[in-house]
Amino acid sequence: MRIKRWLGVLLAMLLLASLSLAACGDDDDDGGNGGGDTAADTGSSEAIASNPDNEGKRIVVGSKNFTEQKVLGEIFAQALAAAGYDVDKQLNLGDEKTALKALEGGDIDAYPEYTGTALGSFFGVKSNEIPKDPQQAYDDAKAGFAEKSLTALPPTPFTSSNEVALTKDRADELGVEKISDLDGESQDLTLYGSPECRQRQDCLLGLQDVYGLDFEKFTPVDIALRHKVLTDGQADLSIVFTTDPQIKREGFVLLEDDKGMFPPYNSTFVVRDDTLQEAGPDLEKVIAQVEPGLTNEVMQELNARVDLDKKTPEQVATEYLRESGLIE
Amino acid sequence: MDEGEGDMTTTFAVLGQFGDAIQFIFEGETTREGTEVGGSQFLELTWEHVKLSVVAMAIACAVSVPLGLWLGHHRRGQFLAISFSNIGRAVPSLALIAFFVAYLGVGFTNLTLALVLLAIPPILTNAYVGVTQVNPDTVDAARGIGMTEGEIVRKVELPLALPLIFGGIRTSAVNVIATATIAPLAGVNTLGDPIINASGYGDTGRLAAAIVVAALAVFTELLLGTAQRAVTPEGIKLDSDQASRRGRIQIPIRRHAST
Amino acid sequence: MLAPLAQVQIQDRSAGDASCVADDGFCPEWIVDNFDRYVDPFMQHVFLTLISVAIGFAISFGLALLARRRRWLIAPIAQITGILYTLPSIAVFFLLLPVTGRGDLTAIIALVAYSLLIIFRNITAGLDNVPAETKDAGRGMGLTDRQLLWRVELPLALPEIMAGLRIAATTTVGLATLAFFAGAGGLGEQIFADINFKSNVVVAGGLAVLLAALLDGLILLAQRAVTPWTRARAT
Repeated sequence: MRIKRWLGVLLAMLLLASLSLAACGDDDDDGGNGGGDTAADTGSSEAIASNPDNEGKRIVVGSKNFTEQKVLGEIFAQALAAAGYDVDKQLNLGDEKTALKALEGGDIDAYPEYTGTALGSFFGVKSNEIPKDPQQAYDDAKAGFAEKSLTALPPTPFTSSNEVALTKDRADELGVEKISDLDGESQDLTLYGSPECRQRQDCLLGLQDVYGLDFEKFTPVDIALRHKVLTDGQADLSIVFTTDPQIKREGFVLLEDDKGMFPPYNSTFVVRDDTLQEAGPDLEKVIAQVEPGLTNEVMQELNARVDLDKKTPEQVATEYLRESGLIE
Repeated sequence: MDEGEGDMTTTFAVLGQFGDAIQFIFEGETTREGTEVGGSQFLELTWEHVKLSVVAMAIACAVSVPLGLWLGHHRRGQFLAISFSNIGRAVPSLALIAFFVAYLGVGFTNLTLALVLLAIPPILTNAYVGVTQVNPDTVDAARGIGMTEGEIVRKVELPLALPLIFGGIRTSAVNVIATATIAPLAGVNTLGDPIINASGYGDTGRLAAAIVVAALAVFTELLLGTAQRAVTPEGIKLDSDQASRRGRIQIPIRRHAST
Repeated sequence: MLAPLAQVQIQDRSAGDASCVADDGFCPEWIVDNFDRYVDPFMQHVFLTLISVAIGFAISFGLALLARRRRWLIAPIAQITGILYTLPSIAVFFLLLPVTGRGDLTAIIALVAYSLLIIFRNITAGLDNVPAETKDAGRGMGLTDRQLLWRVELPLALPEIMAGLRIAATTTVGLATLAFFAGAGGLGEQIFADINFKSNVVVAGGLAVLLAALLDGLILLAQRAVTPWTRARAT
């Protein structure tokens, strides 16, 4: 009877395995194809020098809960560690409000935020009032953070914007190219977005206020599922990020933001003032060394390495730093 | 907070955070962004939660009870019926849901399927065991007076197995309600949303949702417990009473924990 | 010390050609190559489970001994642990967060609370099921109450206690998959790291099931070893 019970478990495992094998795709796990590979210049790259003065200075680096954030968090954490700091990671905290709370509360010392997100979610700026100029947006965000005793370091070149996406087939069916094309049709369409999208001016609220769109249903899903809901046919529309590798791969259509609702989203590393003081000049220096290489192209590539090649954010961050000559 | 509520509000406020949470459940509030959370919106979430649980349980019962009765009556598949329960206990609900999301995608239907799978083992096993525990002499006697096999199952074995079956239903129901809390991970918005994605609702909202889910679970447990006692034939009840008088403890047997 | 212009290799991914991994499929080759990323979460999961069951056992044992002489305690203890048991664990993780912070401690507290009812109930039931005659015989032989407990009652209650441990262990493995919500890592965190990727979900989930089955089997073996006289009986 005992043996039978064990057999039962084994049977179940075999069942599970065979079920999965039945859904097996190609066994080819070679990521890229030969032609079309390019290399992106990351500018002059001095290797990050380890400064013994930084030993014993502890920095806790956090991040929000999607791929790009985890990669950025890892990059900054590893770069700071290379400079000799004592770095702890608290990645994958949650959405922007959760991250800010952790930062203000001292659970983390720094995390990468986006200028547009900060202005819209933290400082209550209406999405069509956020400056379209990335530099201006950064300056405004920096001012806002300063009031909270937080310093927003200079931003990355890349901007990762929220966008409304649909599958090519659906876009052709509906005949839409711009977001305002949805006017009149949106009440029959379902929109899927992250849970925090419901509360954000640069997301659902903006679409309602700026474009005057009413959707049949808004369903909150985990950020990781934002593409799956489109490919599975669950969603008519989904909110994605412009640096998502899946857009190119699946051929999604991004609707043009003709009313300029979506703000710039350059990433800025936000640090607590006290941590910045204690850390000394190297912190800013390291971040300034790391950021220039993060262009739109590069960020998309790094995201692809995690989402498509299934490498861990940690691995990908190390690869970026190595390929850029920032670490050995 | 509405001053017009007067004494009730003050009493609740005294309970501090809990008071805030309970107020949230009944009144709701408007967030800084201008959206309504809590109050009637909570009703929607609760309804989704209950709907998901009830549908899953209904399907699970419809499948497991007849199957368990049949298997038990014919004394077949004992190994399967019992092992099912053991395996079921070993599979974490998150793993099951993740498996369904990865293979079938998000949505109410897919999630219900996962919950049905979760709910079947206890009911199936208990139905099986319930039938096999019926005194064979009783069954023979029933055959003797000319009942068909089907009638025996319906009129003799089922009533006697009912208490155990209800026990299984009780276990599954609480398990399903608890698992429905992580339904937002699969795209179905239940009371788990304020708990997992608290940002919009705030800490008050999170606490409020936790209270409501806990209340739902406890309520279901009590309700089905009462139902279970109600269907227990007098004879067996007396037996248990005698047992407790002899000093033996009667703690309900549940083989699954809530997720 | 200027390095030559460094470059990040960009792959052309617009083609979207079929690749098991990029298509989120079940890819045995990938699993074999990347199995090491499951080791740490697995060990963390083992750690959380074992610690929680151990502490749960210690507390339940103490409570059971306490209630042995004061039978009126049994009902309230059962009630309280029963309520803890009914609360959906994810709610408990989040409720504990502001109090105990993100980390292993929060998860362990919740997991211990869940195991209490099962183990307590089984220890008490086991002790209760010791036949009165055996206890009388023991007393007749001159055993003190303490000796009676440790030499007669507990050994006879072992099967039931072990059964309780088995249930507690497998249940805890299941609950620990949600521990990542409390910041404690584990296989659940790994599942959630890529819930779209079939290989990931199957391996991480499968490891959890395997762990539960393994613990179940080990405790069963231990039970067999310590109570040879029960081998004749089927359970």
